[in-house]
Amino acid sequence: MELIYEKSVPGRKGVKLPASDVPTAKPLDPALRRNKAAELPEISELDAVRHFTNLSRRNFSVDTNFYPLGSCTMKYNAKVLENAAALFAPFHPATAILPGGEAFCQGSLGMLHDLGSLLAEITGMDEVTTQPLAGAHGEMTGILLVAAYHAAKGNKAKKRYVVVPDSSHGTNPASAAIAGYEIITIPTAPYGDMDLELFKAAMNDEVAAVMMTCPNTLGLFNPHIKEIADIAHSFDALMYYDGANLNAIMGKVKPGDVGFDVIHVNLHKTFGTPHGGGGPGSGPVGVKKSLIPFLPTPRIVKEGNGRFSIETARELSIGRTANFFGNFGVMAKAYAYIIMLGKAGLIQVSEQAVLNANYIKERLKKYYDLPYDMTCMHECVFSASKQAENGVHAIDIAKFLIDKGYHPPTVYFPLIVKEAIMIEPTETESKATMDAFIEVMIEAAQQAETDPGSFAAMPLTMPVTRLDETKAAREQNVCCAG
Amino acid sequence: MSYCPNTENEQREMLATIGISSVEGLFDAIPAALRATSFDLPEGMSEFETYDRMKELVAANTADTVNFIGGGFYDHIIPAAVDHLSGRAEFYTAYTPYQPECSQGTLQALFEYQTSICRLTGLDVSNASLYDGATACAEAAMMALRVTGRNRLLLDACVSPFSRQVLKTYLYNLDVEIIEIDPCDGALDRAKLTALLDDTVAGVLVQNPNFFGRVEDFTAISEEVHAKGALLIASVYPLSLGMLNSPGEMGVDIAIGDGQSLGNPLSFGGPSFGFIAAKKKFIRNMPGRIVGETVDKNGQRGYVLTLQAREQHIKRHKATSNICSNQGLCALRGLIFLSLMGKTGLEEMATLNFDKAQYAKALLSSISGVKVLPGATFNEFTLLLPKAAPPVVANLLKKGIAAGLPAGDYYNGLENGLIVTVTEKRSKSEIDMLAQALQEVL
Repeated sequence: MELIYEKSVPGRKGVKLPASDVPTAKPLDPALRRNKAAELPEISELDAVRHFTNLSRRNFSVDTNFYPLGSCTMKYNAKVLENAAALFAPFHPATAILPGGEAFCQGSLGMLHDLGSLLAEITGMDEVTTQPLAGAHGEMTGILLVAAYHAAKGNKAKKRYVVVPDSSHGTNPASAAIAGYEIITIPTAPYGDMDLELFKAAMNDEVAAVMMTCPNTLGLFNPHIKEIADIAHSFDALMYYDGANLNAIMGKVKPGDVGFDVIHVNLHKTFGTPHGGGGPGSGPVGVKKSLIPFLPTPRIVKEGNGRFSIETARELSIGRTANFFGNFGVMAKAYAYIIMLGKAGLIQVSEQAVLNANYIKERLKKYYDLPYDMTCMHECVFSASKQAENGVHAIDIAKFLIDKGYHPPTVYFPLIVKEAIMIEPTETESKATMDAFIEVMIEAAQQAETDPGSFAAMPLTMPVTRLDETKAAREQNVCCAG
Repeated sequence: MSYCPNTENEQREMLATIGISSVEGLFDAIPAALRATSFDLPEGMSEFETYDRMKELVAANTADTVNFIGGGFYDHIIPAAVDHLSGRAEFYTAYTPYQPECSQGTLQALFEYQTSICRLTGLDVSNASLYDGATACAEAAMMALRVTGRNRLLLDACVSPFSRQVLKTYLYNLDVEIIEIDPCDGALDRAKLTALLDDTVAGVLVQNPNFFGRVEDFTAISEEVHAKGALLIASVYPLSLGMLNSPGEMGVDIAIGDGQSLGNPLSFGGPSFGFIAAKKKFIRNMPGRIVGETVDKNGQRGYVLTLQAREQHIKRHKATSNICSNQGLCALRGLIFLSLMGKTGLEEMATLNFDKAQYAKALLSSISGVKVLPGATFNEFTLLLPKAAPPVVANLLKKGIAAGLPAGDYYNGLENGLIVTVTEKRSKSEIDMLAQALQEVL
């Protein structure tokens, strides 16, 4: 398909601007002005509408295709959430920081505060900041809170390490490294959880935090989590909970109850906000009491009279982590989601998410290797190692699925499973959808035996077939010349 | 309503396949001692009641203030097509395009977005978006630290205080020295920069227009910075690039900014998007996703995520950044906005902003006792009132006018400073009303 730039016709216009009602001003000094206008496309509104509508049709999405992308929780995004967030579109965030401005923003501030309270209850934490802009941003914020906690105790120089299991999301070690820590990686034991003995051997009083995902990226709940937390705490290391997988345990387990000190949640996963083709997300961070003094500013406070205000001067705070109050529009959707589903609804979400994952796991395990064969939580991880013996790899099965109209599961993650195929159906998928998917997965396994050579050409039904990634990386053509 | 479709019958069939009798059995792997003992949340409701509840919340805000505030977020027009096109569910309910063949829509759009950002900033390469303008400052600073292997940063204190605060938070636990250069008459103190600049400095961060609204030419600064082997980072207001000197033309190495002004609503501060563009030689040190052009097996053009070996899901703790989710949909809105505005429309819109702000600046500074900080400005300028700004702002707010940001909240000695923003949405009569109201409360 042509690029929008290739549709440009000099002189064509897409928007008519309002006429000016003020005199034309004397232009700026030429040294301050650009020499040449930016070469943006010159197209009509209809050109733009056709272009972007047709581009959109070159995407798989939750609204068009089953999208069981493991670790991403691609659940259905209720339409009313979009309408709810749009209500807040006109409000300028700086109004709230003007003298007397808080009174003009009680709805927005109240929503932020109440969302924090609801998330605190769901996760078992004492206070939540909604400022972080995505999951990894929440991780970094959480680790900076840990750093501030240790610094306040005079242990900044001593606390140098963050411990992560090798099954963790890549963002965990990356976030800890960005925050200034060295990483200790603990291997996974044959029973599918972080190796407890190796963990014990690795712990010492220079460890600042232990970052865990529970259930982990194999979809397994670690039954030793409390013991791990007790060991970490005995070295004054704090426990960090990666909330990417929270969809499995709402109402069942509260991370704060089992020893976690700090947690981020991904509103775009568990709390039903759309993923936007890569974002925006939102990554609120919850903490236990010991970390409240370090939370970012501005902090939203509910006063005795029920009014909401903004606290900016906090001596021990790590400071500001985003421009204003975070991805407010995303939070409005998540807030609406939580109040709409309510207590029973959220419990049902986790139950049905876990039921769906186990159903797929049970039905596919005859056809694909299941390296860790036990009850899973919200996702299950197969391996295409059996098929790989015939030359059909996880990526080939992914392309087979695309031709059948399914967005593939996550492949090659977690890194600890060879030829990993990580399936997360989520609670919003019906048995009928999953049955049809299962049949296609079985067909792929059978075709891997009967006609392994057929996979290399797949996908055949898309606008493009397999793309040359080496060429892209070598040529680094990331911007249309012109 | 929980959007779980399976009927009790279907659930029974699924449980039978799994070989257990109840859903609760699936949670047996969790030791009883670890189970939640409370879950104190309200009862759920229908979507209709939910929407009503959200409307009640919105009603607790005051909607009809006339905005002369900016500070990084700007009240601009958004063509209707931006909402409709970005509202295509195929865009907004997809995720990061890990599988390129079934994600060409997102990938091509991001490639076009990167192209728009490169052309706007006059630089060679762009990524597929960052979170916001403030975090983009921090990412750019860390990029300069990586590129140069040095550990000192010079910040022009005319850069948004919010951006500077976020940058400091990011670098809180790292061994990096941050030196702020206090403003000189609302602009970069060039003598102080020269005095501080040496070959231990990794990067210099400036902003154009700066927090006071002042427009500067950083061409000479970039030469001076490069002579010491450091990088010049400029935070820019993308809409102003319809008129102002682009970072590329001034010799800037890394340009960043907040894309809110490009088709994203105010939405109480987010979501918007951050952008980052740089000279091509720095591409391997860029944070975040990058889309690259390539061909498929049949030689047909297509797009993929490229240079992924920089990223956290491959490199883990050695990645150039921890970013995973970005602000893709907001970047798409930016692209659609820029495509509709086009080459001449963006210039016209920038000119409208400039003309209205110049009118307001002349009018407001003609009020007895009111002065204005010197120098050229775009659509924001700083007034010096004859008395402290905060009570004046509070008084005007009661009259329904958000008159500007009091500068003294962020700068010592500027207690009388008021930073006023005038976008194309402000009418002459609204500007006249501000002038009259200001005169009354002074």
